[in-house]
Amino acid sequence: MLHLINESPFESKSLDDCLKYAAKGSPILLFEDAIYGAMAGTSLEEKMKGILADHDIYVLKEDLAMRGVDQLIDGMKEVDCTGFVGLVEEHKTASW
Amino acid sequence: MKFGIMITEGPYQHEASDSAYQFTKAALAKGHEILRVFFYQDGVLNSTKLMEPQADDRHIQKQWSALATENGIEFIVCVAAAKRRGINDTVTADGFKIGGLGMLTELAIEADRVVEFRA
Amino acid sequence: MNEEMEENEEMAKLMIVFRTAPYGSIYAFEGLENVLIMAAYDQDISVLFVDDGVYAIKKGMDTTATGIKNFSPTFRAMEAYDIEKVFIDRTSMEERGLKLEDLVVEPEVVEAEAVEKMMEEQKNFFMF
Repeated sequence: MLHLINESPFESKSLDDCLKYAAKGSPILLFEDAIYGAMAGTSLEEKMKGILADHDIYVLKEDLAMRGVDQLIDGMKEVDCTGFVGLVEEHKTASW
Repeated sequence: MKFGIMITEGPYQHEASDSAYQFTKAALAKGHEILRVFFYQDGVLNSTKLMEPQADDRHIQKQWSALATENGIEFIVCVAAAKRRGINDTVTADGFKIGGLGMLTELAIEADRVVEFRA
Repeated sequence: MNEEMEENEEMAKLMIVFRTAPYGSIYAFEGLENVLIMAAYDQDISVLFVDDGVYAIKKGMDTTATGIKNFSPTFRAMEAYDIEKVFIDRTSMEERGLKLEDLVVEPEVVEAEAVEKMMEEQKNFFMF
């Protein structure tokens, strides 16, 4: 299952809700405002590193670029929209 | 693969419609079949040809209409959601058709993947 | 698309997940609309309540003062539509101060760990 998160983790519980149900190893894609969760140097960095121990986290490049975010937490994987489609080929999706 | 797309958010207020558009374009470019794009809830507002954004911004309806007509994709605008929001076939743009909610169920039955784009 | 579907006799597993509280937004209402429409297609339907979605089936709703349509009674109709696979996440329910007797339907209680597997088993599912 690919978990799609589009809301800022500073504002929304979507990521936390998703993590209650997500199986270990299931990938997560951060896009739209959720990309701030991947940014280095925020108060969420330690929490996000903890999540990276159990899940691959992908971040949508186009949404990062649009928001001027280029410093990511180590281990975050950037994908473009084509990569997003590729992830959906491999997994069913849950939009939180 | 056979993809279905569901959009439940209106244009401009939120990025959902833009994300869905970019995803749909990328899926087509990778050779996937888009069985249907279902515009639901506030998402029906993407279909109106009365939309007039400022000239230096993207025109969300025209982008979608071009995608539908150039690729022969079916765009369904949920009839009940549309009626609630003042959308009918006198305002829907090229490529958009009004249809029942059952067409979303049919999409779920038929598609390998249905991806939801929402607020 | 319709012609292709008629050839496909096999039932698809489909699920509606309620994760939003009722009335504050339209999502729970639309989720219920989908459940009823899906039921007409004779598929293998499941319904799951998680997070604030558990409030959608709380007893005692009275919408008279606001004029918003009360869709609570419609949940009771799910049984009449032969929808028997109805589930609720235990933690979501307990965290939100609800017990099974507070609900207008009688869902089967599941643990959070079971949720992704239930989603994975579906042909497709929608979250509202």
